[in-house]
Amino acid sequence: MFDGLLLLPVGLDWGHASPTLGWLWLALVASGLYHGVNPGMGWPLAVSAGLMDKSPRALFRALWALSAGHLLATLLVLLPFAFLLVLAEWQRAIQISASLLVIGFGVYRLIVRRHPRALARIPPTQLAVWSFAVAIAHGAALMLVPIYLGLCQAFDLDAGHEAAGALMKASLAMAVLVSLVHVAAMIGAGGSLAWLVYRYLGLRFVARSWFNLDAIWAASLVLVGAVALGFNLASWR
Amino acid sequence: MTMRPDPTFHASPKLAMEAPAENFAYTLLLSPDFSKPDALAVVDVKPGSPTYSQIVHTVTMPNKGDEFHHFGWNACSSALSPLAGHAFIERRYLIIPGLRSSRIYIIDTKPDPTKANIHKIIEPEEVFKKTGYSRPHTIHCGPDGVYVSTLGGGGKDGTNGPPGVFIMDCETFEVLGRWEIDRGPQTLHYDFWWNLPRDYMVTSEWGLPPQFENGIVPEDLLSNKYGHRLHFWDLRARRNVQTIDLGANHQMALEVRPAHDPVREYGFAGVVVDTTNLEGSIWTWWREGGKFHAEKTATIPPEPAAKEKLPPLLQGFGAVPPLVTDIDLSMDDRFLYVSCWGTGEMRQYDVSDPRKPKLAGSVHTGGIVRRASHPNGKAYAGGPQMVEISRDGRRVYWTNSLYSTWDDQFYPDGMPGVEVMANVGGSGGLELAKDYFVSFPDGYRAHQIRLEGGDCSTDSFCYPSA
Repeated sequence: MFDGLLLLPVGLDWGHASPTLGWLWLALVASGLYHGVNPGMGWPLAVSAGLMDKSPRALFRALWALSAGHLLATLLVLLPFAFLLVLAEWQRAIQISASLLVIGFGVYRLIVRRHPRALARIPPTQLAVWSFAVAIAHGAALMLVPIYLGLCQAFDLDAGHEAAGALMKASLAMAVLVSLVHVAAMIGAGGSLAWLVYRYLGLRFVARSWFNLDAIWAASLVLVGAVALGFNLASWR
Repeated sequence: MTMRPDPTFHASPKLAMEAPAENFAYTLLLSPDFSKPDALAVVDVKPGSPTYSQIVHTVTMPNKGDEFHHFGWNACSSALSPLAGHAFIERRYLIIPGLRSSRIYIIDTKPDPTKANIHKIIEPEEVFKKTGYSRPHTIHCGPDGVYVSTLGGGGKDGTNGPPGVFIMDCETFEVLGRWEIDRGPQTLHYDFWWNLPRDYMVTSEWGLPPQFENGIVPEDLLSNKYGHRLHFWDLRARRNVQTIDLGANHQMALEVRPAHDPVREYGFAGVVVDTTNLEGSIWTWWREGGKFHAEKTATIPPEPAAKEKLPPLLQGFGAVPPLVTDIDLSMDDRFLYVSCWGTGEMRQYDVSDPRKPKLAGSVHTGGIVRRASHPNGKAYAGGPQMVEISRDGRRVYWTNSLYSTWDDQFYPDGMPGVEVMANVGGSGGLELAKDYFVSFPDGYRAHQIRLEGGDCSTDSFCYPSA
């Protein structure tokens, strides 16, 4: 998988990429920042770890664990789509289904507002597991699917003129790249916030910064899915 | 669901101490002969208020014979747990179990404590059916729900299977089921609390329902049949990982008070009576090298007394045992308050060095023989019992009743319900406030107190104070 990543800059035709490309990368980074600043995705855990151990090292260790869990969740959700892209003639259907899936999950989150409290039962020593579970449960990873498929399309990975093996390699590499960029942005934002609170702002900021993003989060899922769906339908005609 | 965390949720004990002081004290009232329904009294504790130290509202229950004892909030500072990631609930509902009936009342304290009313009633059958436990006791608000300890197992007298802890949803109040997966050697229950980020729970032991419902059983006490162990649990794995026996003579290990600052891996427990010498004792427990330890760190001697001044139960001993029936730790983990219900003394220990408690203050109210009246001249029957400390640590409130049938054995002359308060000096010391004295209506006794916005035996924290 990772040799695919190394080949990516070579395999991708950067010169002929579509004009939506810039927006898609921007959306990817923005989603990372958005997930990062959301306390529900774990930055207060890094603050707590740093304060409990009285050491910035513990804070960074926690950030690593959170990154690993989030990355794993993102990959797990993106990889099936990477494999599906090999079925070139189905790509429209895949994209539209993916958009509908994301919209559906967003609507579900809007209607069923109960928070999965079982997340608090994951031992605090298993931060990576927690981060993974949170990203799956909240649809954080799912939010990236339309962006990922858009990027694949923009890079012409779905064109169907490549051999299946090469295509698979490129789409897998793209999944890895998308996950890494997203998680880097997420941990950059969350980590900065954790460090600011730990070092300068103080614990009062934890409660103060905590807004109920449930509705906005669910709406974001619907929005991302709807935009992707719009693009798909528009380019189909 | 709210948009912001409740303003009474605090990330650390230090922030909780800096928050505005309490305006109301919720106090449970019980009808000791079960002739009247139990009630919740709302007391005005705002200095300068025209109704200061008076009951400003009473919620009377629709049933009789519940026997109110302990209670707690649906949510507290633990909701800021970073693992829960969702702090959008309110500290709004008081959960009041009937210790005798196993019925649970949910009281809504919003929009105004003086208009508190019954929100929901969970009938005993639901508790029995969903948990197999009975006699719900201690309430603690966890990040994933409300935890309730019980004193009885199944069956009419609560001896069919061991008692334990069950969980309720903190918004719908649905009884979710048993908490324990592996209880190890635990067969008795009383109090419990935890350290959330360090991921452990501590539970204690009183006795089974036949050992307390009709009064203390002297033969059981003298043959050391009440509880005398502490159990330590892996909180998330819900497994008993270690049991420490304090020694069979240390009868009734009741309140468990962990340090509030989660960085501190220690806490305290009170033992009612040592059957070899009638002493009460304070125990310090701590975790070191992955193991829990406990040692006796303070003892309180009995006070000799003439036989004719003693109730029949104690006449053979010629002395009053201190009877350590409640302890409470200040939010900064500096002072431990110890109720000596028998000798009528409230003790304040400096526990800055947790394994070397130093007596820092003491006042007397009531007592089996001493019968110390309040400095305002009013009589105080019973002794200091349930104690609650304000978040800032400056005010300590207490009531006088232990448990209906036990009150009658130790204080046969009766015990009108009262609540008093002592001010705490900057570097310790206790002084009873002359202007704070709540007399409850005739026929009612008073038990646990909960303070508006949280108190020192409610809130648990996921971030250290430093």
